[in-house]
Amino acid sequence: MSGAIVPCWSCKGPISPRALFCSTCGAVQPPGVIDHFGRLGLRRSFAIDPADLDRQYFGLQRRLHPDRFATRSAKERALSQQQATAINEAYETLKDPLKRAAYLLRLAGRVVDIDQAGTVDDPALLMEAMEMREALADATTLAELNELMATAEAAVGDCHEALAQAFVDDDLDGAGKLTTRLKYLGKMIDETRSRKVGMTRQGL
Amino acid sequence: MLLQINEPGATPAPHANDQGAAVGIDLGTTNSVVAIATDGQATVLRDEAGHGLIPSVVAYGADGTILVGREARRELLDNPETVVSSIKRLMGRGVADVKSLAGTLPFELDVAADGGMVRLKVSGRTLTPVEVSADILRAVKARAEAVLGKTVDRAVVTVPAYFDDGARSATKDAARLAGLAVLRLVNEPTAAALAYGLDNQSEGLYAVYDLGGGTFDISILRMEKGVFQVRATGGDAALGGDDFDHAIAESFLAERAVTFGDVAITSSEAKQALATGRMAKECLSSSTWGEWVIELDGKTSRHRLELAAFEAMAAPFVERTIAICRAVLVDAGVGIEDIKGVVLVGGSTRVPLVRRRVAEFFGREPLANINPDEVVAVGAALQAEALTAGSDTLLLDVTPLSLGIETMGGIVEKVIPRNTPIPVAMAQEFTTYQDGQDAMLIHVVQGEREMVDQCRSLARFVLSGIPAMAAGAARIRVTFAVDADGLLTVSAKETTTEVEQAVSVKPSYGLTDDEMATMLRDSLEHAEEDMTARLLVEAKVEAERSALAVKAALAVDADLLSTAEQAVINRALDDVERTVKDGDRDAVLAAAAALETGTKVFAERRMDRGIRQALAGMTVENLGKSLGDGTK
Ligand SMILES: [Zn+2]
Repeated sequence: MSGAIVPCWSCKGPISPRALFCSTCGAVQPPGVIDHFGRLGLRRSFAIDPADLDRQYFGLQRRLHPDRFATRSAKERALSQQQATAINEAYETLKDPLKRAAYLLRLAGRVVDIDQAGTVDDPALLMEAMEMREALADATTLAELNELMATAEAAVGDCHEALAQAFVDDDLDGAGKLTTRLKYLGKMIDETRSRKVGMTRQGL
Repeated sequence: MLLQINEPGATPAPHANDQGAAVGIDLGTTNSVVAIATDGQATVLRDEAGHGLIPSVVAYGADGTILVGREARRELLDNPETVVSSIKRLMGRGVADVKSLAGTLPFELDVAADGGMVRLKVSGRTLTPVEVSADILRAVKARAEAVLGKTVDRAVVTVPAYFDDGARSATKDAARLAGLAVLRLVNEPTAAALAYGLDNQSEGLYAVYDLGGGTFDISILRMEKGVFQVRATGGDAALGGDDFDHAIAESFLAERAVTFGDVAITSSEAKQALATGRMAKECLSSSTWGEWVIELDGKTSRHRLELAAFEAMAAPFVERTIAICRAVLVDAGVGIEDIKGVVLVGGSTRVPLVRRRVAEFFGREPLANINPDEVVAVGAALQAEALTAGSDTLLLDVTPLSLGIETMGGIVEKVIPRNTPIPVAMAQEFTTYQDGQDAMLIHVVQGEREMVDQCRSLARFVLSGIPAMAAGAARIRVTFAVDADGLLTVSAKETTTEVEQAVSVKPSYGLTDDEMATMLRDSLEHAEEDMTARLLVEAKVEAERSALAVKAALAVDADLLSTAEQAVINRALDDVERTVKDGDRDAVLAAAAALETGTKVFAERRMDRGIRQALAGMTVENLGKSLGDGTK
């Protein structure tokens, strides 16, 4: 039980290790070891309301950002920077559905590398990726690119829904496959967008 | 799940014995401006003649005198070789960067220096851009102190959005040399947007069009829930209102040539013609025509210029700025219809043609009711007040450029991508490639390109003291942290042994800590007093904080102490208050230390009580709530 109590660095009194500020003296505390969802006061789940996420994030930054401590002691300024850094990291991870999915998998002990191009052993995904790549290579007009973009974006939406369900069902294998698919769809959208930008620029 | 936080206690409290005033400074290429805000109203601090602009020009006399501003600009006519202007272009730049600029700059560069920071040779001195900028900032500080009648020691300083880490640190160093603590570096377009109160308006995209004397910048800002993000920037470092003056002067000289024949003119005559061109441009910002007289070599000529003729001369330059705006919008993937507002910055935006074309291009009237020369300083002053007196809006910035490290083959591996909200920290693991290797070199670069030589080199870090292990066995975790000003710090740890690594930083173009310390000693008249004063303030702030903490604890748990014990603590508190009022640093530190020892037993009893209460069967949730836990 005593593990639930730590001394405040400022007034030395007892506080919860998750406290942002000391309830006795008001001093800002170091960021505790806590997962990103907990840090932002959200339930651990893939389906999160972006408005909720933003509200929590901006609310916390309003209290903890170093700008709020510009006239405070060096120690408080340093702690606020650590807090703001931790909040930014949590927000950046949870805001992006792909990073959020990979993070949830990691919390469950699965490793998905979303930065590196890993090998894909899912034949359905391989086929889908190949077809999209061919369609992109064949596209010559803005209208065709827009259509490809719409298809890919719709697929991303489906993917998000399926991921939310997979996490609810604790189907980690399914979630892993869907996360890989989401990564490929994101890449296709990026490539389509840069083709579009290139086409627009020629028209200038 | 809602979040409940008890007593933030983070609203900055003004200290009775607080430092001096906090101002906003626009440290510009051509001019600098200083402003101060009170209750959300900003005022530009002007000299007795009413001038808000301080020319960013420094004259170094052979006798050691230093002139800044208008006085320095006057020296341009008689002793141009002693005058330094446009130093901002060299901030954070390396010798290699400026080789191409040599000859185009109005002063001599020390090309002998190999690598490292640029140095200029003026009047027998060798100066870094940081020192020249510090001289400008000293004059800015002196202006502010003269107007306000009190010490100014803190400032928000603005920097261009595209400034990299080197240029940002150089700016901060210059302020430090001038005796100013930088509360925050703020991007110029963001400051302009703040001046117009865009932080209180609906969310969306805004364009900031900045046409100065010699530079043009366009930035696309995104405002989202109190967060200003610079989405895209573009510009031309050799395009500005000076081009309009040149065009007019050339046409006047051509007219003279018709009357008096083609005579070669001297450079001072050319300067005179340019000055006439500038006058004509300024006049035509409010009239439809005017007539000017040029008297050179005893021959007088009269020149009539209609607004339409002037606009025909200026149009090609204005169209170039519009083409750049168009390109930046495309790069950012933003349509013109997405832009909710346009802010005008820079004196050259007073030219009616510029306003008209900007309005036409963006399909809306630009915001221009704040003096475009002063709008950046006004925004900086508002931010300085927000930081020192508290505010509801929060300026969350992002990294302007990606930060990466050099890997095998000169390829850049991105560690922190651009547009990441700051402060941010990211860790990267490295390993040794030789048996027994005890040191490692890490090269940090900034930029968006794939190859190291296409990015800007920021610093080289040497990690030393790595425990001797087989190749590949050591795991060195390097953490790159970028603070709210966009400045980088690096720390490292060997993770299998938990040995903290020494990190020695060699900034590619900045000053090392040693150089900075030497400069502070050499160039600051009252360096020592200044440092002492700063340390004293820091000690007082810290002592006051601990006294307040003990008082807060007494308010809750005084029953844990006997009357005698309480009296002892109260005496220690009185001592702290007394020394904070009129003691020196040693006295303050001693009183604070005595308070710390004197409350040790009290702190132990408070912790015991907390643990006893926990064991007495309070649920974890209830306990969490009573102890200020962040969740409910
Ligand atoms: Zn406390």
